[in-house]
Amino acid sequence: MGKKGNQSQKPMAEIKDFLKNLLSLPGLSGYEDPVRSVIREAWQPLVDELSVSRIGSLHGLKKGFGDEPRPRILLSAHMDAIGMIVTGIEAGLLRFTEIGGVDARILPGQPVTVHGRRELPGYVVQPPGWLLPEDQATNKAVEMKYLFVDTGLRAAEVNELVRVGDLVSFAQPPIELTGDLLAGHSLDNRASVAAVTACLQELQHIRHIWDVWAVASVQEEETLGGAYTSSFAIRPDLAVAIDVTFARGPGSPANYSTFPLGKGVTLGWGPNIHPALYEAFKKLAEKLDMPYHDDLMPRMSGTDAMGIQVVAEGIPTMVLSMPIRYMHTPVEVVSMKDIARTGHLMAQFIAELPVDYMQMLRWDDES
Amino acid sequence: MKPLIKKLVEAVGPSGYEGAVRELVKKEVTRLADEVRVDALGNLIVRKGKQSAGGLRIMLSAHMDEIGIIATHIDEDGFVRFTTIGGVGPRTLIGGRVQFLNGAFGVIAGERLTATDPVHSFEKMFIDLGAAGKADCPVKVGDLAIFDRPMMDLGNRLVAKSMDDRISVAVLIETLRKLKNTPHELYFVFSTQEEVGTRGATTAAYGIDPDLGIAVDVTATGDTPKGMRMAVKLGAGPAVKVRDGGMLSDPRVVRWMADTAEAAKIPYQLEILEAGFTDARAIQLTRAGVPVGCLSIPCRYVHSPSEMVDYNDVRHAVSLLTVLLSNPIHLQ
Amino acid sequence: MTPKKTSPSTSPLIGAEQIALLERLSNAVAVSGAEHEVRKIVMAEIKDLADDIKVDALGNVLATKHARQEPALRVMLAAHMDEVGFMLMDGEDGLYEFATVGGIDVRQLPGKTVLVGKDHLPGVIGAKPIHHTTADERRNAISLDSLRIDVGNENGKKVHPGDRATFATRFQQLGPSLVGKALDDRLGVVTLIELLRHAPAHIELLAAFTVQEEVGLRGARVAGYALDPQLAFALDSTPAGDLPSWDGAESPRYNTRLDGGPAIYVADQGTLSDPRLIQHLLQTAETFGIPCQIRQPGGGGTDAGAIHKQRAGIPVVSVSVPGRYAHTAALVARLDDWQHTLALMVHALERLTPAILEQER
Repeated sequence: MGKKGNQSQKPMAEIKDFLKNLLSLPGLSGYEDPVRSVIREAWQPLVDELSVSRIGSLHGLKKGFGDEPRPRILLSAHMDAIGMIVTGIEAGLLRFTEIGGVDARILPGQPVTVHGRRELPGYVVQPPGWLLPEDQATNKAVEMKYLFVDTGLRAAEVNELVRVGDLVSFAQPPIELTGDLLAGHSLDNRASVAAVTACLQELQHIRHIWDVWAVASVQEEETLGGAYTSSFAIRPDLAVAIDVTFARGPGSPANYSTFPLGKGVTLGWGPNIHPALYEAFKKLAEKLDMPYHDDLMPRMSGTDAMGIQVVAEGIPTMVLSMPIRYMHTPVEVVSMKDIARTGHLMAQFIAELPVDYMQMLRWDDES
Repeated sequence: MKPLIKKLVEAVGPSGYEGAVRELVKKEVTRLADEVRVDALGNLIVRKGKQSAGGLRIMLSAHMDEIGIIATHIDEDGFVRFTTIGGVGPRTLIGGRVQFLNGAFGVIAGERLTATDPVHSFEKMFIDLGAAGKADCPVKVGDLAIFDRPMMDLGNRLVAKSMDDRISVAVLIETLRKLKNTPHELYFVFSTQEEVGTRGATTAAYGIDPDLGIAVDVTATGDTPKGMRMAVKLGAGPAVKVRDGGMLSDPRVVRWMADTAEAAKIPYQLEILEAGFTDARAIQLTRAGVPVGCLSIPCRYVHSPSEMVDYNDVRHAVSLLTVLLSNPIHLQ
Repeated sequence: MTPKKTSPSTSPLIGAEQIALLERLSNAVAVSGAEHEVRKIVMAEIKDLADDIKVDALGNVLATKHARQEPALRVMLAAHMDEVGFMLMDGEDGLYEFATVGGIDVRQLPGKTVLVGKDHLPGVIGAKPIHHTTADERRNAISLDSLRIDVGNENGKKVHPGDRATFATRFQQLGPSLVGKALDDRLGVVTLIELLRHAPAHIELLAAFTVQEEVGLRGARVAGYALDPQLAFALDSTPAGDLPSWDGAESPRYNTRLDGGPAIYVADQGTLSDPRLIQHLLQTAETFGIPCQIRQPGGGGTDAGAIHKQRAGIPVVSVSVPGRYAHTAALVARLDDWQHTLALMVHALERLTPAILEQER
């Protein structure tokens, strides 16, 4: 049984650097190459086999120590991020639309990178009021379709370097805030990728029976494409989706739908989660003396688990989420402590998985 | 190609009931194909070619179905109430004509609007088949109809209902005709039920399990007065789709399509459509995933009875597809 | 095979036993994602009727009754075990905020009694006394966030956030009608159990008692994939909106009518039924003199919506018992409509042969 403590400081410092690196990279839904390369490098020493799915998800297999055929568990953390894509060029200024759900109100004045024939820094700009239709009056949010990206370059050069379909990502570099908090864009869901990486690190010292498939999935923000297709390819016996959830913060309701930042991981509960898996994770968190909260999802979870659960003959799924503030803005905030806890919880769950867990996994009414 | 296009766009084939279109297509392709079969959802699947070096198993998809309406109620006076099949907008209906699968024709009319209704909702419309009463009405609850309009040839521009997506059906047939050699195992899928959610392509793709998927469908344009803002226009060539409301094309496929068009000097455009979806989305999420792209035929007034395409765009689409499928593919 | 005419009203298919089973099922609590109570009853009822029974990763009960002759047709029948209901979210002193699970009109909630959790603890959804309201206020629906499930003080500790709840309605027979909560789709569940009992020898009958239909047809999706049938029927209940219009005018919208017999689907939001199967049902109904109706096209959906898109495609059709006031505390269906639905399905299965798939869709 591992213990959180000094042992985990060094790996966690590495995890923080790894995460900050991830947060400095683009990797929008459908275009995850840049971030996949970095994750691949980090996972290389931690797994036995690495492969890429046909639509770009990264699969890392860390083999178990049990006899073959070994049961398999899939850990899914989506690596894609939200951003924008160029739809037109007018007088050297770029029109754009979103990839994933972007709140237009956080855009004006936002530093971005335009991924054209070369990387171009720029800003999202809001035109003066008289150049906008009447219904976009002062104090009303300007819709995305009226905003531009200005790279500072003149039209002729822009037309050479940028095309319709080029990507625009948030350029905000990550910032360390006090108290082990980290701010950056795409903590949704790179924080989870970091947690999975921390889990893989801890597994280096554990003789686990099951095969572990770590998946950095693609396109969660758009189609859940990675969730569906990676699960189909791997066909795990169990799956855990790791994602982020809403932390208490300004503007968010202070109720059951938000969680204190830095005070523990959340365990999903609802139709998208197998109740026995919830119970198992809850018991384990209590045994490890780890703070946790119940994240009630009466209908769907809004994570990769929605896709994974209904692939092929169906897969029992669990959802673990880390609270973050200001989700889907370039200044999302996460607690490194929660990332460490999530990684540790998963590693210990895997450590304890007996070879016949699937035979034991029961719906509570069966006797 | 125009006679083929005319036959296709004037055929009656609403989602779920594509039989008439399928028969037409079968006649055109049977002697060109290695194998022709029809699957459980009515997709027509045409296989051509064998895989060799640098070859892939490729699924191409153009949908046979068109949007339409379905009768929900026949009132005592023989007027027919209906609901829609696929994305039908209320603004293009009043005064239009419909043809039912059983051959009956009718007119779409509406109730008197109140001062606050700017446009008829579907509930306030009905179809008049000229029946004397309920017993006389040639249509019953559950019967389907499409919007009737003959094709108009304006020279460079063609106008018809169901250009979406019969124009692509024509493009695929013509490509199959022109294709001399291919290193690929090709599946030309004439799919069903796209307009109600890409249902045919979903199951066809599962059955074929391709290495690469290319949908051929129409896309909107941004070149009409005070219209939608969009970079695509008629006459500038077929469009290589980067994204739409349903999916993001695989960037390697986009690059391959664009680079091939450049090298072959075929005009093309890059397309982003902010709404809408095509069979490509269904193919992409099949099984363990499939890299996909979409070749789009620019089209004005999509989902109206008078959709307009540019004939040269159509011919360039055939040329581009032929070149793409004739050569080995190395996606990177 | 010569068609035989049997009068469905003398058919012994639905008797006191079946109605008693419907009552137990209607009174059971099985909200989407937590179907265990109904699953347990189903497992007990079918253990001697099926050859193989298993519970899958989502909690579906998949039961096979093997064919006893060749050539056998693999036919899947689906009925969903889950009902719409509530999940308790947060609360103290016995008062809980709650979320709806599945589609429920919020206006159906105030002033109702509910049952909470595995132990069916009683609770109420109250509303502010009318004396404390204004006329203006009474014009608007009471919002979900202002409603609470009140379990009283003592039970506060036995009830937890995450528990499911549903209406406390007890099943009754009122004259020709069956009245209870969750008849959508407990009617389908009993129908499926009876079809297992009457399985024809030439059908490999693949019964799927599905979960999570009300939250996106999720159980049916994996059941369809796993069973991989040649064709499928979804058995559900569909709204009968055949009440009088406020102005006395003929209403063109009713979806289905009570006393019109089983409702056959041509098109709903999720599925365009296979015309071969529609025809088969209509011909069966005509041959045996069973009243039936075509459900008005459009809107709604059944498990068929997920099943037909599985693997390389599965021909489907849905058949439903009409019921007024679906997804409320009390659904009203007619015993006759249920009788006819079961009779239609029994004869439809008997008459099915592999030849049906030889014509193109």
